Formats: sequence, C-alpha cells, structure tokens
Amino acid sequence: MNAKPPQNRGLTAIDGAMVLIIVLLMVQIWLLSATLETYLAGHREAALPGAIISAILFAACLALYRFVDRLDSQVRRG
Amino acid sequence: MSWFRKPSSTPLWRDEFPVFTADERYVSRRQFTKFLTLTSFSMMVGNLWILARSTLRRPATWPRVPVAAAGEIPVGGVRTFNYPAADDPCILVRTSAEEYVAYSQKCTHLSCAVYYEKAQNRLECPCHRGFFSIEDGSVLEGPPQRALPRVALEKTDGQLVAIRMEGGLV
Repeated sequence: MNAKPPQNRGLTAIDGAMVLIIVLLMVQIWLLSATLETYLAGHREAALPGAIISAILFAACLALYRFVDRLDSQVRRG
Repeated sequence: MSWFRKPSSTPLWRDEFPVFTADERYVSRRQFTKFLTLTSFSMMVGNLWILARSTLRRPATWPRVPVAAAGEIPVGGVRTFNYPAADDPCILVRTSAEEYVAYSQKCTHLSCAVYYEKAQNRLECPCHRGFFSIEDGSVLEGPPQRALPRVALEKTDGQLVAIRMEGGLV
C-alpha cells in the first residue's frame, strides 16, 4: 500500500479544514441575515442568541485557521 | 500576524515568496483560509452590532399628527401623509365606513412606495411585485420578508390622528 507523501497529506488536511470553515461561514451568513431580518421586524429577543452563536462559529473558524497555519509550518519544516 | 506565528518560525516574507513551486499551494490555501476567518470575524461583528443596537435603543416617543378629518376620504379612498418624521411616507386607507388603516408606505423589501390596489383590496409594491394584506400589513406574496409597520390611529374630535408606529424598527 502506497502511503501519501507528508506534503500531500498536509494539503488534504488543509483542504478539509477549508471546507469546514466554508460550511461554518455559510451558517454564520445565514444567521446574520436572519438576525437582521428579525431585528428590523421589531423583535429584539433574537439578538443575544444570534451574537453568542456567531461568536462560537467565529471561534471555531479561528481554531481551524490556527490548525491550518500550524500544519503548514510543520509540513514545510518536514 | 505575530499572534499565530512562533518567533522561531521563518519570517512571513519568506513564506509569501517560496523558493519551491509546491510551497505556493500552501501559501494560497493558507491565505484563503485567513480571508475566510476574517470574513467570519466580520459576520460576528455584524451580529454584535445588532446586539448593541437592540440593547442600547431607547423607547421612542411618538408625536401626535392629525392625518385627515373622519369622513373626508371616501370608502376605498387613500390619503398619503408623513409620520413620524417629515421623510417617512405613510398611506391611509378607508376600508369601510368606520374603518381606517394606515401603514408605512416604504416596502420592507427595498423601500419602494407601496400603493393601495382597490380591486384586490391589498397593498402592492410595483417594483418587485410584493403584496401586503390591508388588514394587518402582513406579506401575502413576493420578495418582502417583513410586514409593513402599522400606524396606530385615534379618532379625536372628528379627526384621525396618528399616535404611534407599531411593528417594524420602532
């Protein structure tokens, strides 16, 4: 069985992380538009949960970015 | 981005201009990931801005503005006026002998002026074919997502007086 070279494995992991970030971002965009619509309709109760969930999603994106950055440095160093 | 890079790692400029062609793929992916993360940050800022606006907003005080004399408008007739500010167009409709309704005239989709369609007994936005119920201003059809804000009316000494806005961003 041929194992992938470490550089290719690194790229696959980075691609996976990127796809995950894109999915999280789509959820965040939907959340922002839904919260804005609700706010403009005069309902303020959705603002706090919207902000909390958005912050959690951003934290997840940041963690994935740090993962990509670290992986990138590791693979480069070999 | 000194936050995410250890002091011992190579300088950023060396990463951005790699010697080997294969390394370029890493740079572009990492940069794209950084861009996505910054976009996520801006989404969060947007949500925090909505939260701040919701929390810090004070309850509005509404002026009392005479709109028309009761009976001045025929049944099915319409009168436009501005409420609460001079640049907030509203529409008053007499739906029956004793019933009057008034709404903001700005469509909740893209702020085109809505008008009363008597034959269908509904409010219509001509820009993108959005239709609103005359009873409560709710969306019947079309691209708008929110109901029209309603103007509360009071009958005082034979005058219809706008007293406050209901629904919408008030």
